[in-house]
Amino acid sequence: MTTTAGTMRKLTYREAVREAIREAMHKDERVFLMGEDVGRYGGCFAVSKGLLEEFGPERIRDTPLAESGFTGAGIGAALGGMRPIVEIMTGNFSLLAADQIINTAAVLLHMSGGQFNVPVVIRLATGGGRQVAAQHSRSLEGWFAHIPGIKVLAPATVNDARGMLWTALEDPDPVLIFENSNLYNMEGPLAVEAGAVDIDRARVRRDGRDITIISYGASLFKALEAAEILAKDGIEVEVVDLRTLRPLDEATFLASVARTHRALVVDEGWRSGSLAAEISARIMEGAFYDLDAPVARLCTAEVPLPYAKHLEEAALPQVAGIVALVKKMVGGHG
Amino acid sequence: MADFCMPSLGADMQEGTLVEWLVKAGDEVKRRDVIAVVETDKAAIEIEVYEDGVVEELVVEPGQKVPVGTVLAVIRSEGEAAASPQQRREPAAGTGGAPVPAESAAIKVAAAPAKPEPAVSVPSAPGPAAARIKASPYARRLAAERGLDLSQLPGTGPGGVIRAADVAGGVAPQVLRPGTEQAAPVVAEPAPVPPAAAAPPAKDFQAGMRRAIAAAMARSNREIPHYYLGLRIDLSRTLRRLEAENLKRPIRERILPVVPLIKAVALALGEAPELNGYWVDDRFQPQEAINIGFAIALRQGGLITPALLNADLQSLDELMAALRDLITRARSGGLRSSELTEATVTVTSLGDLGVETVYGVIYPPQVALVGFGRIMEQPWAENGMLAVRPVLTATLAADHRATDGHRGAQFLDALNRYLQEPEKL
Repeated sequence: MTTTAGTMRKLTYREAVREAIREAMHKDERVFLMGEDVGRYGGCFAVSKGLLEEFGPERIRDTPLAESGFTGAGIGAALGGMRPIVEIMTGNFSLLAADQIINTAAVLLHMSGGQFNVPVVIRLATGGGRQVAAQHSRSLEGWFAHIPGIKVLAPATVNDARGMLWTALEDPDPVLIFENSNLYNMEGPLAVEAGAVDIDRARVRRDGRDITIISYGASLFKALEAAEILAKDGIEVEVVDLRTLRPLDEATFLASVARTHRALVVDEGWRSGSLAAEISARIMEGAFYDLDAPVARLCTAEVPLPYAKHLEEAALPQVAGIVALVKKMVGGHG
Repeated sequence: MADFCMPSLGADMQEGTLVEWLVKAGDEVKRRDVIAVVETDKAAIEIEVYEDGVVEELVVEPGQKVPVGTVLAVIRSEGEAAASPQQRREPAAGTGGAPVPAESAAIKVAAAPAKPEPAVSVPSAPGPAAARIKASPYARRLAAERGLDLSQLPGTGPGGVIRAADVAGGVAPQVLRPGTEQAAPVVAEPAPVPPAAAAPPAKDFQAGMRRAIAAAMARSNREIPHYYLGLRIDLSRTLRRLEAENLKRPIRERILPVVPLIKAVALALGEAPELNGYWVDDRFQPQEAINIGFAIALRQGGLITPALLNADLQSLDELMAALRDLITRARSGGLRSSELTEATVTVTSLGDLGVETVYGVIYPPQVALVGFGRIMEQPWAENGMLAVRPVLTATLAADHRATDGHRGAQFLDALNRYLQEPEKL
């Protein structure tokens, strides 16, 4: 943080997203929000609470339970010159809108020979860990990160939750913002004057010399917590927050690995065919001769997420698992 | 028993693939027999054995790629007692890029790729396992940069993997001299590798060769106080004789002008033996055999300097055949290990490209390099008469530690004399 403590305030990730939406609505009258329960109910995760009162039903639009329909409507509105924010309650339901996102939004610019760009922003809650069982706990951001033609963001910090939305709205192409639902209640510092942030670079969130942990979203904080614990054992962990999952800012994590010579990817997605696999491959391609240990991955166990609390915790990447894995990788350190 | 190991056939050689065994277990072998073919990044090389004996066991299978120093086979010899004096009779170490061939049956050679001195030999004692050394890519790079032999480093990682920390804690390879003063020409402390040369993967042949040349030449210019002498030589007599001889021959049997030049160098070296040998252990070690390393540019870049063995004892025809054979094999594979390691002096001829004068850099531990430029028609005054003659500038780059300019001048004078009396070539 470059701002002094005097000009900082604390707010939750949820409030930061809400502020971002409000700012966008005030700054640009083409911006509107639509999705299931975003209006009268105030949003499934209470992100849009109070916005209906402030902006009215024209701009805060409740939709039927019809993801394909309202996502398609959002794409159409974007083509028509609007700047829609489409909220898909959770990434799980994006499967119903996948055709609109992948087969329409992502390709129109290309297939129209550059005539039609689609400046839609789609917000989706993602992640597990809240005992909402297999159908509501997936992390599908890695799937969308596979698709050319869209950008995929994963704001982890309050600052990014506050700042990425505006930059995404200004982007001429479709942008998906995956908000890990475990983060909405997280409180963090935010500069009073905080505003838009870039959406194309990863950030080193903690400096270290022994190993690089590459992560994003809610897992970032597990990595940072593990780094604290490992520091007491003399293991200095560097933590990279990807922030943007497509396009990947590989320069940042390759440079980090070149310094630390070890890499661990912590990803709430499943391991097979995952974003973690992609990052691992890029490290192999770009930093092979800097590696002092095989690249490791800590991902969610390859099971449908269990409902039972202890089983769900066991399935997801956890701090203790990160600590143990890092110790094994760094081994005999010191 | 002696171990027959994967030899180092050049400064850039880190590993080699055993292509073929030419013997089987139980076969009797004689010194200098070619018993195996090894593929390096440069070429397929025929590997000779340096001991009489019986093949006890073939350890490595054809097709296997193993690091330099890996035991390829075990040779049952007459006994250690017989082997030692034999070793001492052998010429001392190779051409700066190679281990002492006499000991190649009994030495392990460090396998670090970027090491400026490849010929770090350690005693034959317990050989490292033929298995691939497990080391992280970063550890391999560090070891290469520091000239450390991975097989000498402890691996503290999972399953004994060598990691960066093990390299950091490693020591520079100790130079253990087999036998007597006939040690390999090694510097005790590996010189730092130029940063630019540090990174590329060993697989990259061109980079590897460049690195090897860089290391040898950097060492040469760092350690060898060169002096240079040049002499313009009238080649009309030699060329006239050659022309007359070639007229009688079918094209394929004709002799190239460089052949009498090589022969003249070999004969002139006989009169200036202080230029034929190695500077090792702070003293000059003359070599009886005159083996002329001839610089051959490779099509893919880089160069190789295989030796024309005993050039002074061969006729022009024999030399021509040997040179043709050497060039063909250098470019297509099939050089013998002794040819890569036994040059006692180097000749480099760049006249093809129009160069007039060659200022050579000596290939350590040799002490001299003879350079030939282009043969050009020049005005030439002799006995008060002006004529046009084919003229060649011959240069000598010599190690001032081993000889002085006076000796060098005598060599060039002798060279000129032989070229004026081509019937003696």
